Amino acid sequence: MLEPFEYGFMQRAMITATIVCAVTGAMGVFVVLRRLAYIGHGLAHSIFGGAVISFVSGFNFFAGASLWGAFSVLLINAAARRRQIGGDAAIGIITTAAFAVGIAVISRARTFTRDFEAALFGEVLGISSTDLWVTAGMALMIAVVLFAWWKQLVFITFDRDVAPAYGVPAPWVETVFALALAATVVASLQVLGVTLIAAALVIPPVVARMLTDSFPRLFWLSLAIGAATGFVGIYISWFVDVPSGATVVLTQAAVFAVVLGGERLLALRQRRTARRAERLAGLERALNE
Amino acid sequence: MTANGRPVLAALRGAAVGYEGEIALRGLNMELEAGELVGVVGPSGCGKTTLLRALIGDVESYGGVIAQGTRADGERLRVSYVPQVGTVDWNFPITVEQVVLLGLWRERRWLPWVSRRERERVRGVLEEVGIADLARRSIRALSGGQQQRAFLARALVSEPDLLLLDEPTNGLDIKTQHEILHELNVLNDSGVTIVLTTHDLNGVASHLPRLICLGERTLLADGTADEVLVSEVLERAYGQPVLVVRSGRERYVLPVPEEAPGAHGEDDEPAGGAVELVGRIADAAGRGGNRDA
Repeated sequence: MLEPFEYGFMQRAMITATIVCAVTGAMGVFVVLRRLAYIGHGLAHSIFGGAVISFVSGFNFFAGASLWGAFSVLLINAAARRRQIGGDAAIGIITTAAFAVGIAVISRARTFTRDFEAALFGEVLGISSTDLWVTAGMALMIAVVLFAWWKQLVFITFDRDVAPAYGVPAPWVETVFALALAATVVASLQVLGVTLIAAALVIPPVVARMLTDSFPRLFWLSLAIGAATGFVGIYISWFVDVPSGATVVLTQAAVFAVVLGGERLLALRQRRTARRAERLAGLERALNE
Repeated sequence: MTANGRPVLAALRGAAVGYEGEIALRGLNMELEAGELVGVVGPSGCGKTTLLRALIGDVESYGGVIAQGTRADGERLRVSYVPQVGTVDWNFPITVEQVVLLGLWRERRWLPWVSRRERERVRGVLEEVGIADLARRSIRALSGGQQQRAFLARALVSEPDLLLLDEPTNGLDIKTQHEILHELNVLNDSGVTIVLTTHDLNGVASHLPRLICLGERTLLADGTADEVLVSEVLERAYGQPVLVVRSGRERYVLPVPEEAPGAHGEDDEPAGGAVELVGRIADAAGRGGNRDA
């Protein structure tokens, strides 16, 4: 049971996955509540294009992917402001085009197919100490953004139309948030893979939402669920030998299923209790009459 | 400063405003003085919300001047806005207390958590609007009237100089409507300048000291209820025949079907009650053009 903890690469993988999934859990709260799940999915694909170009040109992966992600986000923001295009279409066009650039570059240089398979589905075996520190640094940066812009983010998430009337610089807050989201995706790419990042952004906050009606509790719960499932997912991947992204997301899906099942059972019990109480009240009324 | 010595909080001079390159309102000329209670009326989509937003500069300006005053101490004017209840995301898990705290976002420390002083201020304003016992409840679980009070509390917690309300009585029962209007009157008496939009010409607009009527993408009339709630202005604004009937100090505005001959105009005869009023209107409409029933 403790075998995975004996290896340095697994220790690094588990720490990285815990950090990354805590960040996706935290950012995911705003993604889900602002109905931006599609942008998370699209950005992951878009950043894949940047990752490929960085790899081919020998540029630093984190720097290249981050720049590409930031560029995509700013382009999406600019396009989405045009009413004739709209947010969803802007995301669809820009992120798929950026992904297509990556595919085109791969097809021209076929020598590193395996590495890109890792980028698509997640592969934690190759996480170096430097990768771990860079991931931790990005997580810290995202935490600072959330900490410093917390009130503004909560305001625009709850009441986007009214926030500017209270002086919230909504377009700025949205741009900063989108850049932080791009950084989240870049940090998650190695652990979760392009295709599975969206799930890690969505599942923890949805599970947390089923458990609480308080926003601060929702945030911390989502972060905790993300971190725990990231850790457990990597631990399981040691035994089942499947890509880390898949085990993490499957762990999160299992938690979702358990909570959903529990919620249903609870509702069933509440209905039964209500029916029983009503029957008893009816009997009491009959006795009194 | 105006001739009567009251400071001007906002002024629009020949202003044309809108969104994304599309002009929603043009030729706006008005001044808002400190301590006023103003109603904005007009048909759906005529730009009532846009006018509110123009007063705080939260729209795109395509011409003219939009000027905002300052507080007596030279500080920036404190403005609060109460939106239509339907605009918020009801799936958002937030309590009444947390909603009200949003109104303090500019004054709060940069730390995300809440201080005891902030909590006390929120508590005070919730007591003022009569929902202190609901502070920990989810905003979604409240009735329409309670939600409106929660948003009013969010607006009041920053102690605004200017309070803008977008259809504050929309969808509320008459008792709650009355209570909200009473609270707004009390606030106005305490010195808060209030501008509200409403569709309710009889229950709300006709009791306000100043009215602005919008229509045809501009400001059609600005004055007292006697000056604005007249059939000429309302027919132009709403694009349909309107009958304005006066009964003593009361005034009733009623839409009249297009086909009813002679239904246009005003009736200055006193009416003895709602039943009689309806009968008189039907009578007037049926007599073919006789305004003086």
